[in-house]
Amino acid sequence: MRNIKALLAVSAIALAAGAVTVSSLSAATAPKPKAQDWSFQGLFGTFDRASLQRGFQVYKEVCSGCHGLKHVAYRNLAALGYTEAQVKAFAAEVEVTDGPNDNGEMFTRKARPSDRFKSPFPNEQAARAANNGAYPPDLSVITKARPKGTDYLYALLTTYKEEPPQGMKMPEGMFYNEAFAGQQIAMVPPLAADAVQYQDGTKATVPQMAKDVTTFLAWAAEPELEERKAMGRAVIIFLIVLTAFMYALKRKVWSDLH
Amino acid sequence: MTAPSEPTGAAPTEGSPGMIGKAKDWIDYRMPIFSFMDHELHEYPTPKNLNYWWNFGSLAGIILVIMIATGIVLAMNYTPHVDHAFNSVERIMRDVNYGWLIRYVHMNGASMFFLVVYIHIFRGLYYGSYKPPRELLWWLGIVILLLMMMTAFMGYVLPWGQMSFWGATVITNLFSAIPWVGDAIVTWLWGGFSVDNPTLQRFFSLHYLLPFVIVGVVVLHLWALHTHGSNNPLGIDRKSDKDSIPFHPYYTIKDLYGLGVLLIFYMAIVFFAPNVLGEPDNYIPANPLVTPAHIVPEWYLLPFYAILRSITFDIWFVEAKLLGVIAMFASIFILFLLPWLDFSKVRSARFRPIYKQLFWVFLVDCILLGMVGAHAPNDKVFPGIANFEYVQLGQITTAYYFAHFLILMPLLAKFEPTRPLPESISEPVLGNRAEAGE
Repeated sequence: MRNIKALLAVSAIALAAGAVTVSSLSAATAPKPKAQDWSFQGLFGTFDRASLQRGFQVYKEVCSGCHGLKHVAYRNLAALGYTEAQVKAFAAEVEVTDGPNDNGEMFTRKARPSDRFKSPFPNEQAARAANNGAYPPDLSVITKARPKGTDYLYALLTTYKEEPPQGMKMPEGMFYNEAFAGQQIAMVPPLAADAVQYQDGTKATVPQMAKDVTTFLAWAAEPELEERKAMGRAVIIFLIVLTAFMYALKRKVWSDLH
Repeated sequence: MTAPSEPTGAAPTEGSPGMIGKAKDWIDYRMPIFSFMDHELHEYPTPKNLNYWWNFGSLAGIILVIMIATGIVLAMNYTPHVDHAFNSVERIMRDVNYGWLIRYVHMNGASMFFLVVYIHIFRGLYYGSYKPPRELLWWLGIVILLLMMMTAFMGYVLPWGQMSFWGATVITNLFSAIPWVGDAIVTWLWGGFSVDNPTLQRFFSLHYLLPFVIVGVVVLHLWALHTHGSNNPLGIDRKSDKDSIPFHPYYTIKDLYGLGVLLIFYMAIVFFAPNVLGEPDNYIPANPLVTPAHIVPEWYLLPFYAILRSITFDIWFVEAKLLGVIAMFASIFILFLLPWLDFSKVRSARFRPIYKQLFWVFLVDCILLGMVGAHAPNDKVFPGIANFEYVQLGQITTAYYFAHFLILMPLLAKFEPTRPLPESISEPVLGNRAEAGE
């Protein structure tokens, strides 16, 4: 087995040599993130709509410059409490390429609600080229793709430090982050106080924005969460009643034995 | 069951009344399917003393049906192509009506299937259900387990996440350990020179095929079961009609109650923690250029993964890697030999005081192997003890796993003083249960 691991490691290193980057999957493991209170946790959790809308604003104004959300469609934003007109307006802010038309040419048009979020870069190579070799991952399922995803994301966004601890030297273009595996991250600290101006007047502190955008991304990863939990409560109650009847019936059927 | 009777013109005493009854009799005379069902599912004589550990066979059958039903619907919406597989799964989760529910039921159904089957197997180990005349029944069960492992492994590859890709790479690479022809076999399995689109497509094809092969072997398993009937907690043969009760309604209702309890547990996971048993890495699209920090299989394969990784040394000219692969396969194939390794005439552990203890030690050993499989080999088992790593724990538990079957079982069979067996199921020796510590 060691041979296999060695073989895998060698081949992976050889293949990756062309793109020397610090990936979010680097060998060091991330420290356990501190647990936060989330509106959507527990059996009765639902997404805090105001937080979702603020989080969408943070994503739109800060994250979307580098990170895609390609599995989410603009029409899905209705779930955040926006009207049909608002959703149309959000989509229309974006220019997407469509086609070919009858002349065989590609053309651009305003996005429609049925379109999925346009990714900021056409492909991974372009993303790396624009980001010092690092690849900003698509955020569609990010909270499911990391252990304790929501707590991790919040910790990642809030534990940047200006100076690394003594004895640790940061390479050019890298930032010290306590939550990230290896504590060196290529992502420029994305949030600073008042990076966005919230429409509902909430003060845009870094923890506030981190919480909101994490809530938004948790929704993006699990848009079915509220429906799932509501159905789950009904299913479990139904099953408990049914099973109780089954048990009573079992007792009844077996009572004529012995 | 009465002999089939020709309905037309015959005396109506034997036939069933009414139109439906007549149709039933007409069919039954030509193909006795209703007699067969009545014989095997209704009046089928079953030991009257089966406990709840005997529920798990029928539970496994029901989960197999759930897996096939949800799987067929998923296959309608899934695209087996490296460029589309991950995205098509996300489409199922987001755009297919109740796609999230169907996928989570299927995904967690695999875990439930293994949980139920493992309990079923350990029940067989405790009560000696593999002993004569049920050796063939036991073998067919092991064949089902092997088919389940292959099916589960290939199914896990289909979403084409990081663990899908790297799990497929690690497991298919095992075959390269075979001397001389290993590399050729791996290339043949992959359909190319790495895990790529041809691999994904053939895994999808086989993942759809194998469950139906499992259904076939389950039919054989049931055939073998119904030839001599269920073993029972006392492990003694039924001597008279007093020892048996008809399967229906007694065990149908008991199985339905058990199904209710299982579904509560299963659905709680599906609805409230659907990803708790999975690896987050599998929500990262497969990337051949980036190796995950820890490549681990799903929980139900961890003990075997631990055995595979425990052989870190060459023996003579045989490489460690090949030995690991041999040990892993041997850990399952050794179960085929169990009816001869344990030749004790007493089936149930209730009357085998030493085996009863060793059964629990063996269970703990298997759980420890699972923990070893989940950790990196060089992780410390206890934070305070520097030179006791998981690789060493894995070697100890692997050695014990094989010693249990190869050394302890034959020795016990020969030397263990067993308790006296009761006369019959319906008239157990007075005070026997208390004596046996039940």
